[in-house]
Amino acid sequence: MSANTKIEGGLHAHDDHAGDLHAHGSLRSYLIGFGLSVVLTAIPFWLVMTDVLASKQITALVIMAFAAAQIVVHMICFLHMNTRAEEGWTMMALIFTIIMVVIALTGSLWVMYHLNANMMPVHDMSRMP
Amino acid sequence: MTVAVTLSKGAAPVFHLEDEHAHAEGGSTMLGFWIYLMSDCLIFAILFATYGVLGSNYAAGPAPKDLFDLPLVAVNTSMLLLSSITYGFAMLTMVKGRVGATQAWLAVTGLFGLAFIGIELYEFAHMIHEGATPQRSAFLSSFFTLVGTHGLHVTFGLVWLATLMGQVARYGLIEANRRRLMCLSMFWHFLDVIWIGVFTFVYLMGMLR
Repeated sequence: MSANTKIEGGLHAHDDHAGDLHAHGSLRSYLIGFGLSVVLTAIPFWLVMTDVLASKQITALVIMAFAAAQIVVHMICFLHMNTRAEEGWTMMALIFTIIMVVIALTGSLWVMYHLNANMMPVHDMSRMP
Repeated sequence: MTVAVTLSKGAAPVFHLEDEHAHAEGGSTMLGFWIYLMSDCLIFAILFATYGVLGSNYAAGPAPKDLFDLPLVAVNTSMLLLSSITYGFAMLTMVKGRVGATQAWLAVTGLFGLAFIGIELYEFAHMIHEGATPQRSAFLSSFFTLVGTHGLHVTFGLVWLATLMGQVARYGLIEANRRRLMCLSMFWHFLDVIWIGVFTFVYLMGMLR
């Protein structure tokens, strides 16, 4: 049994469509999102195709940063993510998912990298027949 | 059963038993669909992790540099990005209740989606023709699994898109159809987000190796 405290008088008066996933965004937000996405896609491709940066590590880090930025742009401009949608539950689900993804990705890469580095078979050619 | 405390302004609280208050039909669909997308995100996370672990095991076979054609990937990326913005336009015209314009934008989105799938299948066919099959090495197995799963998602998105165009043609932009179109909108934009990860980690980082 749940106690439900209803306070009448405008706490739930959401103006129509504002602040939930039913928001459809505006032409402006779609165009801004598209413009930013084009830039954030074009620069990494340009960096890799023309080898502008001397170091491959730096190039990799830069294009990863661009990918992260573009994902945020897509979330806000195309998926209309915000902290108020569905009383914060979409954001909560997203945060939970990001935590799971980070654990799965870093955990797998970290463990398997060390496994590869430490368990590499030693080729002892003198023992070969 | 719910106990409601009704606080009218200035009045004493009134305690009364309340029946389960009615939810509008489909009121929780958006949150439920979002949670489905998050679970889908976990599937892709695992496939990315698999690719990250196996991606450099070429088994003396072809490496990303020998296989990937970056200009083609750039064209493919732009196809998906364009389909995202045209789907956005479809949603904007849907809000205004313009059936014809919505259908037209959905059709344009579908064409971009088909172009994406077509280019991807061409790329796969080209690779397999050169002997870079999924069986060739762990790198290629994980590559085809990851990129293929994304491609399958887009394919099912296209099937869904065609179905919804049929629904809209038959019943118009009724509430149920609007809800379905919003779900597909989230699905479609979500696939574009996944593709950002694919072109960055698989194609661009592959060329850097």
